[in-house]
Amino acid sequence: MSAKVEDVADAMFEMVKEYHGKKNLKALDLTKAMIKKFGDDECDKKLCKAAIRSLMDTGRTTYSYVGGSYIVLPPDK
Amino acid sequence: MTEKKRETPLLDELEKGPWPSFVTEIKKSADKGNASSEDLLGVLERSYREKIGHWKHGGIVGVMGYGGGVIGRYNDLPDDFPGVAHFHTIRVNQPPGWFYTSDAIRKVCDIWEKYGSGLTNFHGSTGDLVLLGCRTEVLEDVFKELTDIGFDLGGSGSDVRTPSCCCGKARCEWACYDSMQVCYDVTMNFQDELHRPAFPYKWKFKFAGCPNDCVASIARSDMAVIGTWRDDIQVDQAAVADYAGSLDIAKDVTRRCPTRCMGWDGSTLSIDNENCVKCMHCINAMPKALSPGKDRGAAILVGGKAPIIGGALLSALFVPFINIDEDVEDLYELCEEMWDIWGEHGKNRERIGEFIQRVGLGNFLEQIGLDPIPEMVIHPRTNPYIFFELDEEEDE
Ligand code: SF4
Ligand code: SF4
Repeated sequence: MSAKVEDVADAMFEMVKEYHGKKNLKALDLTKAMIKKFGDDECDKKLCKAAIRSLMDTGRTTYSYVGGSYIVLPPDK
Repeated sequence: MTEKKRETPLLDELEKGPWPSFVTEIKKSADKGNASSEDLLGVLERSYREKIGHWKHGGIVGVMGYGGGVIGRYNDLPDDFPGVAHFHTIRVNQPPGWFYTSDAIRKVCDIWEKYGSGLTNFHGSTGDLVLLGCRTEVLEDVFKELTDIGFDLGGSGSDVRTPSCCCGKARCEWACYDSMQVCYDVTMNFQDELHRPAFPYKWKFKFAGCPNDCVASIARSDMAVIGTWRDDIQVDQAAVADYAGSLDIAKDVTRRCPTRCMGWDGSTLSIDNENCVKCMHCINAMPKALSPGKDRGAAILVGGKAPIIGGALLSALFVPFINIDEDVEDLYELCEEMWDIWGEHGKNRERIGEFIQRVGLGNFLEQIGLDPIPEMVIHPRTNPYIFFELDEEEDE
């Protein structure tokens, strides 16, 4: 694996921003998109997990519950 | 004369039965001056009168970094009942087996009286210690104070829900493995899955030390780990003879054995252990005379769920025996395999039991790399056609 957690987190954050108000994304949607974007020799599920954790711990994204758990921008963003 | 603060004729009816009443408890809290409890009575009375619920749930509410543990609840009559405009539920990860010191409970209650309604539910159906009713702005403070005294939040949403277990070896001689230890280990190992929801829907673990299944794992969890044994039931014939004085062993024990694998000739109890299905009936009936065998471990079952959304499902056997005290890593691996395939192909809000029904048990087993065994057959086949795969025929 050579992609960095921060790079994957940044790419996920851009995707959440892009889809904001259009489609709710689940953790798995982001994971699949990142593996596709970075390639499966550069990025795997474990790395994506770490990237999501970093997004949550820094408050760049948050979870929302609407009949399922989704990753969204915090309300103040 | 004290002023009567509220009129709750319909709620008052719920205090008239012989059982403890949640209404009485809410009134006690309101009488202490808790504004949210006062308004909770008001909105409940109104709901009963109008036959309409006034709660909305979900949305963006929680503590930083976690996607579970807080269930957002709001009232749609905030002007009339401002004390319950926000009434979020906090799920706190209970200790395995629900053992607390009274000091720990007092500390939790002090935190909750300081920040929330003071109302609790020991325990929710998943097993959590449930704190009922607080506003969004106090969530981080509650979380901090709870973690300061050694508690953490439990699961909610599409994640691993707080694992729960029976009291196992702490109090029960039937425990075939250390259900409390395994529950704790699994909880710690899957912290990420518990706090950061990433599944199509919820996943519940329950750990029962023996087939009595005091945590109802077989019906209420996606993965049930149930203690069992591989050798013979231990029999103390002298103690059996003692029971014969007060118990009709033929009528109440051997004839009630589901596989009729027991015999009683008036002086000796015999068991054909090959045909024992470990139902626990005989052991429960004569606890001083019979006990599970010595070669103990657990069986792993998958796919149970309560009726919510689709119908109820009972779990199906996947692993007939595992020495779980030693090999808990194997359970982790099995979970990872299942979560990969369910995560990839499961529909939103589809539990794993429903997913397995949809894709077929054979296909599911093939994907997770588990060999089919006769114990996995849930009922006799209804389709008379059998399809052999070409390579299987060639192998033979
Ligand atoms: S499930 Fe079995 S081991 Fe656990 S408390 Fe009940 S009887 Fe005891
Ligand atoms: S445990 Fe159940 S199946 Fe086994 S011998 Fe006893 S009654 Fe029969």
